[in-house]
Amino acid sequence: MSKPLSRSETSSPRHPNPNARSYWQANLRVVGMLLTIWFIVAYGISILFIEQFNTIKIGSVGLGFWFAQQGSIFVFVGLVWIYAVAMDVIDRKFHKGERS
Amino acid sequence: MNHAAPLLLAIVDPALPWTWTFVGISFVLYLYIGWRSRVTDTEGFYVAGKGVPAIANGAATAADWMSAASFIGMAGLISFSGSDGCVYLMGWTGGYVLLALLLAPYLRKFGHYTVPDFIGQRYYSETARIVAAICAILISVTYVGGQMRGVGLVFARFLEIDLNYGVIIGMAIVGFFSVLGGMKGITWTQVAQYGVLIVAFMVPSIAISTMLTGQPVPQIGFVASDISEKLNAVLLELGEREYTQPFSKFSRLNVFCITAALMFGTAGLPHVIVRFYTVKDVRAARYSAVWAILFIAVLYTTAPALGMFARYNLIKNLHGAKIEELQQVTETGEKMPFPLYSLTSPDGKPLDWAMRWQRTGLLQIDDLDHDGLISLELRDVTPASPSSKPARRSELGKIDQDIIVLSTPEVAGLPPWVIALVAVGGLAAALSTASGLLLVISSSLAHDLYVRYYAPHATEMQRVTIGRVAIIFGIVVAGYFGIHPPGFVGEVVSFAFGLAAASFFPAIFLGIFFKRANRTGAVTGMIVGMVTTMCYIVMCTTDKVFPQFFTSPIISPDHWWFGISPQGIGTVGMLLNFAVTIVVSLTTPPPPKEIMELIESVRTPN
Repeated sequence: MSKPLSRSETSSPRHPNPNARSYWQANLRVVGMLLTIWFIVAYGISILFIEQFNTIKIGSVGLGFWFAQQGSIFVFVGLVWIYAVAMDVIDRKFHKGERS
Repeated sequence: MNHAAPLLLAIVDPALPWTWTFVGISFVLYLYIGWRSRVTDTEGFYVAGKGVPAIANGAATAADWMSAASFIGMAGLISFSGSDGCVYLMGWTGGYVLLALLLAPYLRKFGHYTVPDFIGQRYYSETARIVAAICAILISVTYVGGQMRGVGLVFARFLEIDLNYGVIIGMAIVGFFSVLGGMKGITWTQVAQYGVLIVAFMVPSIAISTMLTGQPVPQIGFVASDISEKLNAVLLELGEREYTQPFSKFSRLNVFCITAALMFGTAGLPHVIVRFYTVKDVRAARYSAVWAILFIAVLYTTAPALGMFARYNLIKNLHGAKIEELQQVTETGEKMPFPLYSLTSPDGKPLDWAMRWQRTGLLQIDDLDHDGLISLELRDVTPASPSSKPARRSELGKIDQDIIVLSTPEVAGLPPWVIALVAVGGLAAALSTASGLLLVISSSLAHDLYVRYYAPHATEMQRVTIGRVAIIFGIVVAGYFGIHPPGFVGEVVSFAFGLAAASFFPAIFLGIFFKRANRTGAVTGMIVGMVTTMCYIVMCTTDKVFPQFFTSPIISPDHWWFGISPQGIGTVGMLLNFAVTIVVSLTTPPPPKEIMELIESVRTPN
């Protein structure tokens, strides 16, 4: 019984609890969105297109260089924080939060 | 031995009394905390009884993570890699995002002691557990090797002894602290160590930033000042590439691969993952990740500024300095293997620090044109033997990149207590990480292998004792790599990350996000990833790891596969692991129903 290898595969159709399934979907959406930003900042701006971004200046250094050495780290902190907050919201929505 | 005649070499180091005092105070503090929270049971030994608050766990994770590589090695590596230093900066922080979003909350929900526990249970296989335990040991030993070199460097400089003896002293101290503690002792000690290391890193960074740019915040000085432009101009003059020029040290492909290997490796590091087992619930695991990356970011956004300022300052001080060759004997009458020089900076200040570093052998000067001045300009040098390749270098015969952070306060002429503070910070960084790693080695050997397969009825006391014996074993092996390092501290550590990326990340990630992944797939995947990466790294560094058997590496840089450096090979290993795990899993029977239910339960927080 081999199932297709897709995102939807990750939640089984025979799932006992439909609530748990949509919780998981919401979780995947948040994670997917944040990791897209993560990829663009780390690999897009800082590596693949660094020369193009370096033509824009921030202070005395190129923007690509700045993102590669500092900016990306600030973004990473933001992403982890947004994730924790967003998951709190989702937890509350699905009445799964440990505070509820 | 005759110490009667005061030799020219014996310049008293004003930082020495400060260093002893600070090292003494900090060690007493760690000992006190370790003793206050000492443990005798297994749960306390491995996961601190799951009662650590999120912010403390965050600080401990940050200390655990920021090793000698971050503290001592990274700014030096960045200093000499320029723009390409971003591989370390982004690699070691960006992976944290993966860890926080993809692994930590689920592993906390799963809630066992170790990573091999998770893999063994998720893949319902003892083989998977054994393979994972062996991977954990290999990763951790490589990593501790880098720490040992870091500790060795600090002792070598401040006791003015040979690096190898420095490593041995470091082994003894690290061993002492780790055997004593266990996870609970380690957690609170690491909170203290985070405090020490961050102060020790920030004080000289703020000082040098103020001195060079007039701006006390290094992150602002980094962009707002003209140091980057001045440094670019000076480097061009000396025949080198501009500091901010991308891809001058690594090719674009290598920057990509090394960054990815470090990121995915970070997410797969067993000693960092285990941290998330020590908080009270899934929500606390998420917030402790926020605290940890915040604490880490303080150092990681300062390091590139420090690296750039240090490089500029070093050139300003050394280029054009007057040198005078000194008597080639040490205090004990032994002959030094290389000439020593006393230095006077271009503006007439005596440079005592250069003398001290020369004595450790990590800084060497080579007056190529015998004009009594150091020139940092690159020049073609006739090779010593006709067989070796013609070299292009400056009169700075050798500068070990690992000394940049340790020497910056001296180079910048900061007060001696700042220099001492940096030494203590370096020790704190190395000790905190080494103890976390040794605990992983100990838990893998004792908990996952020994107790499970040889002595399942061992008592609590016996288990803790076996754990401690395992720590000593780990230290001895790591000490060997500290003495025969395959590269700079930062490079050695990046090999460990490559191994983690190639073995653990796919196994854990697919274990949570791909229900169909089964034991055959995971075991083959981990083995393929680990073996490929390990073999490639070893073959590229044979001359450094086994200098007694090899004079050149089996794979030289000219023959790297697709030009990928051994630091970046973990990415290739990881992709292989993913491919193998998925293909093998899909062609073999799916995991049993209980495992499907286990995954469901891990995916929901309560």
